[in-house]
Amino acid sequence: MSGSRLPAGGRIDRDRPLAFTFDGVPYAGYDGDTLASALLANGVDVVARGIYTGRPRGIMSAGSEEANAFVHVQWPRGWSEPMLRATQVDLEDALAARGEPGRGRLVDEPSRARFEKRYAHCDVLVVGGGPAGLAAALAAARSDARVILVDEQREPGGALLGARELIDDVPAIEWIDEVTRELRAARQVRLLTRATALAYHDHQYVLVAERPREPLVEGRLWHIRARQVVLATGAHERPIVFADNDRPGIMLASAARTYVNRYAVCPGRRAVVFTTNDSGLSAARDLADAGIEVVALVDARDGSTVTGTVGGECLEGALVDGQTVACDLLAVSGGWNPCVHLFSQSRGTLRYDNDLAAYVPDRPFQATYVAGAAAGSMGLAECLQDGARAGSRAAAAAGFGDGTAPPVPAVAVDGHRTGRVHPLWVVPSTTGSWDTHFVDLARDATVEDLRRATGAGLQSIEHIKRFTTIGTASDQGKTSWMNASAIAGALMGVADGATGLPTFRPPYSPANFALLAGRDRGDLHDPIRTTSIHPWHVAAGAVFENVGQWKRPRYYPRDNESMDQTVLRECAAARTGVAVMDASTLGKIDLQGPDTGEFLNRIYTNAFAKLPVGSCRYGVMCRLDGMVFDDGVTSRLEQDRFLMTTTTGNAAPVMEWLEEWLQTEWPDLRVRATSVTEQWSTIAVVGPQSREVLRALAPSLDVDAAAFPFMTWRSADVAGVRARVFRISFSGELAYEINVPTWYGQSVWEAVMAAGASLGITPYGTEALHVLRAEKGYPIIGQETDGSVTPQDLGMEWIVSKTKWFIGARSHRRADTRRDDRRQLVGLLPLDPDDLLPEGAQLVLDANQPVPMRMVGHVTSSYRSAALGRTFALALVNGGRALIDTVVYAPLGDRTIAATIANPVLYDPENRRRDG
Amino acid sequence: MLLITCPWCGPRAEIEFKYGGQAGVSCPSEPDAVDDAEWGRFLFFRDNPKGPFDERWVHSAGCRRWFTAVRDTVTHEFLQEER
Amino acid sequence: MVRASPTSMSATERLWRHPEPKRRYDVVIIGGGGHGLSTAYYLAKNHGITDVAVLERGWLAGGNMARNTTVIRSNYLWDQSAAIYERSLQMWEGLEDELGYDLQFSQRGLIGLAHSTGDVREGMRRIYANRLNGIDAEWLTPEDVARVCPIVDISPDKRYPVLGGAYQPRAGIAKHDYVAWGYARGADALGVDLIEGCEVTSIDVAGGRAVGVGTRRGSIAAGKVAIVAAGHASIVAAMAGVRLPLQSHPLQALVSELLEPVHPCVVMSNTVHVYVSQAHKGELVMGAGIDAYNSYAQRGSFHIIERQLAAAIELFPVFARAHVIRTWAGIVDVSPDASPIIGPTPVDDLYVNCGWGTGGFKATPVSGAVLASTIASGNQDPLARPFSLERFTSGALVDEHGAAGVAH
Repeated sequence: MSGSRLPAGGRIDRDRPLAFTFDGVPYAGYDGDTLASALLANGVDVVARGIYTGRPRGIMSAGSEEANAFVHVQWPRGWSEPMLRATQVDLEDALAARGEPGRGRLVDEPSRARFEKRYAHCDVLVVGGGPAGLAAALAAARSDARVILVDEQREPGGALLGARELIDDVPAIEWIDEVTRELRAARQVRLLTRATALAYHDHQYVLVAERPREPLVEGRLWHIRARQVVLATGAHERPIVFADNDRPGIMLASAARTYVNRYAVCPGRRAVVFTTNDSGLSAARDLADAGIEVVALVDARDGSTVTGTVGGECLEGALVDGQTVACDLLAVSGGWNPCVHLFSQSRGTLRYDNDLAAYVPDRPFQATYVAGAAAGSMGLAECLQDGARAGSRAAAAAGFGDGTAPPVPAVAVDGHRTGRVHPLWVVPSTTGSWDTHFVDLARDATVEDLRRATGAGLQSIEHIKRFTTIGTASDQGKTSWMNASAIAGALMGVADGATGLPTFRPPYSPANFALLAGRDRGDLHDPIRTTSIHPWHVAAGAVFENVGQWKRPRYYPRDNESMDQTVLRECAAARTGVAVMDASTLGKIDLQGPDTGEFLNRIYTNAFAKLPVGSCRYGVMCRLDGMVFDDGVTSRLEQDRFLMTTTTGNAAPVMEWLEEWLQTEWPDLRVRATSVTEQWSTIAVVGPQSREVLRALAPSLDVDAAAFPFMTWRSADVAGVRARVFRISFSGELAYEINVPTWYGQSVWEAVMAAGASLGITPYGTEALHVLRAEKGYPIIGQETDGSVTPQDLGMEWIVSKTKWFIGARSHRRADTRRDDRRQLVGLLPLDPDDLLPEGAQLVLDANQPVPMRMVGHVTSSYRSAALGRTFALALVNGGRALIDTVVYAPLGDRTIAATIANPVLYDPENRRRDG
Repeated sequence: MLLITCPWCGPRAEIEFKYGGQAGVSCPSEPDAVDDAEWGRFLFFRDNPKGPFDERWVHSAGCRRWFTAVRDTVTHEFLQEER
Repeated sequence: MVRASPTSMSATERLWRHPEPKRRYDVVIIGGGGHGLSTAYYLAKNHGITDVAVLERGWLAGGNMARNTTVIRSNYLWDQSAAIYERSLQMWEGLEDELGYDLQFSQRGLIGLAHSTGDVREGMRRIYANRLNGIDAEWLTPEDVARVCPIVDISPDKRYPVLGGAYQPRAGIAKHDYVAWGYARGADALGVDLIEGCEVTSIDVAGGRAVGVGTRRGSIAAGKVAIVAAGHASIVAAMAGVRLPLQSHPLQALVSELLEPVHPCVVMSNTVHVYVSQAHKGELVMGAGIDAYNSYAQRGSFHIIERQLAAAIELFPVFARAHVIRTWAGIVDVSPDASPIIGPTPVDDLYVNCGWGTGGFKATPVSGAVLASTIASGNQDPLARPFSLERFTSGALVDEHGAAGVAH
């Protein structure tokens, strides 16, 4: 129990005490504490354990570079989160946390928390609100550029919050407050705290994760497009590697200093400071000023080192040059690693700086400026000047101001982080063993692992990373990669800086799945598309299916019908009485222009240029490879105007296809295409009695067979609404498709239902639709076709023009596309008329052959038919058309179904029912 | 999220566009005059350079017009956009 | 059987040598990824051809082999695909013993979820085809799915509810780096030279025959040359004047932090677009589709990541509070039919093995074995014959994209 709270000082609010629990034990802290500072204040040393070694671990940092103190947090607002760093958990009242030894636990819990996304543009984005970032933002803001400043912490100030610097002879905090006030008041500035920049992508796109303190918003992901970016991301102190360097009580020197200055916490009573550079001296001074006994200052520049430590559950002593020095706090400074993560993500290059013994930004790739410690400028005066310069230059590059850096306030030269860093990466083992020289605490990876990696012959830092797993934990190697690179380099006998660092990748800090998902969850995961008749279907108890993004009625069960019973009933109504279906989801494209006929001739396999006005024609379109792409009925509305229909799923792809050909290949064709899928409702009235229903709805329309022939359309008032009525049939029965503007869809549907009530008009859905068309042998795109099926395979030689060119024609002449043993559309009649073939079942000619069996086709559609009084199926079978009456077998595993190959048109092959 | 400059609408986010692959590949004017190998080359073979690439985009969520651009396939920098 | 592994090797156990390249080899393999390494291994192991060099421009297996999401399965639709991927799976089943190396190969099963009647139909079609091809496949109802993978949300009021799934019990995962190192170690032990930092800059063709390569480490003459360069296949093939029908795209992937075991198998969903597994170490490994634009940058656009995480949480609500630790991308060489291109080229003694696109990792063993046998015998291996360049002329594509289009 080494830590304690100082009686005064710190940026905590002692008027707002908070209660929390850790590992079930209650503790107290203050608003302004992190979980880590509060634990230290309460004398809690052991926070977690090594993932593989189980060794006790404490808190080793005061920020996002924490590699030990992983915790699972139960937030007071009602949700829990695994694998957070205690140093980044802002203490809240009633927070409950426990140590998480290396692996997080996911909890299944409902949560009302919301994650949002925001999108913003600015002229200058400044990442980091420490001295350099504040100076940059100020300079840019004063030029009136739109500025966004983001900082990871709850308040700006960065490293200044943990130090005791003076700016203009007063505590730096005052300068921070003053600048922050000006920025918050500036009209073109957005200041985000608790906001971590995660990624710097191509084209100046930066992602920022904000953790707002708002009741129901757990996180907000900003997508910022910035003309210029200033990275003032600071630097991370790095540890030195020595034997048993993982005990609770061992932490980064700047962290010890930060706990004292910012949180009024003494992390220990007796401290040893082990350093390679001047910043360790500043830390030692601050510790001493807080009343901590600094019993040894071990300066590697003088050749002194800590060779190991002793202790039980926590630190009890450090081995300094061979002598054990009793202590409960060992503050270590191995140097400073500029935070180049975002710079590198943006494709900026790095170079090794021998004075800093660290990698610094070299050449930016995008519109990026780097300022302050991130650029290797470690002193406070330099940071302020860097920042002012970067901010004004960035603003000027964005068109604001002339780029002159404004003056910055005076800073006493303090040698804080200036000066050369002695490159001591690892203190040699005194025992011959390296397996407690920890390089990556979060992975329990040691120098022994590096020895094995380099001993295995691995030379690339990428190999070494993967072999040792150094840097792959939640801390993402912030304190381990540099040391690993240097130590591996030393093991390989290469110069410092020659080994390089592994690729920096987003996110800079671990990012919640739910944050990145945002609102695209539940019903918002994908838009729900419904027709204007949808409320009627819902009220009628329809069972829906997803067809792409659409909700389509699949069937309308009555009483306690099963789906099979419903579908049989709906089909029977369509074939013997009258039935009605909402076909509004099919794609509709209005094509206008004098060359539209020619255009359709090229798009469809069959001819449309001479289709008479008032007529309709079924068409098939192929892709350039000759495979069927889509089908539908297209009608000539006027001489220079057609209405094309497509399948539901291909409405957008066909529209894109038409536009692509018109714009890129045939710009000379005078054709305009407009999608009108959502502008028209389509109500299909189907069955021998459909004429009577239409007659009642459209008294001025002559609906006799001779006056209104098959595959023509008429303009008429239907239920008082101006409509286009098409005599098209997908079922083989007499049928009419009534098109009205979408606004009238539901009212006209209701009128249809009323007009057909005495005839027992029956709504039907996609399932019955599928059965009816299958009985006629009509293929469905995406079911009888899969992108590798030609019109000829479907038995549609008749629709493929022999005279005109169309898209796909050339491909039909290729060797493989002309084979006569290609899969061809056939019907199947199970020998047992009650046996239903499963859709997808594979077919063989010999059911007794051993596996692997030679398959000759598969079942594409399979139904019970009310009209045929039996089961039937459609299938694609190799050379199927020459195999009519042959028996094929569908081995299903537990049994085999035998079926006879038949012509696919099983119902009314002479089309006698079409006229009603 | 790339920033793509539509020649008509100006710079817009990548999700407003669809990609169209290599630009400048025209359907052979006499498809019946080419053999299967050459037809296959037209159907399936496209340039795949490492570096500047003449490619097509369509502004699907905007003006819905096709245009060509030259973009470096390594740096993702757009070097040029054209109607 | 004790197998070597990174966690158990001593500090003096070499994985592979770093020889200077000789000035001539019987076979030069361009590309030191999984497929290049396995090709070299099987040339030596199965055919006694050991005078082989694998030339890798970067660090060994640092391309797609280091970046993939490690899914192994053989449940492909067409006979030609089923044959080659199933052979691969059978090779996987003996591979740790064969290589004497820990691959963390785990046959934990794979479910392909169905969310629409179309998905169900396509899933059943593949299951029936798999079974008649001797490949393990079964249909799972939504309740079965929940039994096999309890964290999948099978509730019927999801935007795209789970209607069932196609399950391959023998499918699974392995640790990609270990597979690369296992093959590298094996090939190296058999005498193959693995040359890193050796970018090939030219292919020498004389009299219509490939006779060697120019590299950043000097010229190397060769009896035969094989291009196994995945996303860079087009670039390398062009050096010999060979054009390939490939397009290179980013394929992104991501991992979470280490988590306690929560996800027992591999789950893929085409509709709610994502696939996820949990690695032995504990991280969730996730991927989805390619970025649409051509790229050699090994990076993609972030909205692809955001979208797949939304999909992941839709399927697995318990993932909501997991964290993404790292995202990255590889360069996948996509062919017009999503099937590989294996075999000779118009240039004599020049072979190509590419076009595996987003699905190459599972084929690592068979790809190498088949290319090795093709090179050794001079004849297309039977498993490779359907995947020749020729098919783009005849039209005999092996389309593994799945059903095109959505019907009514």
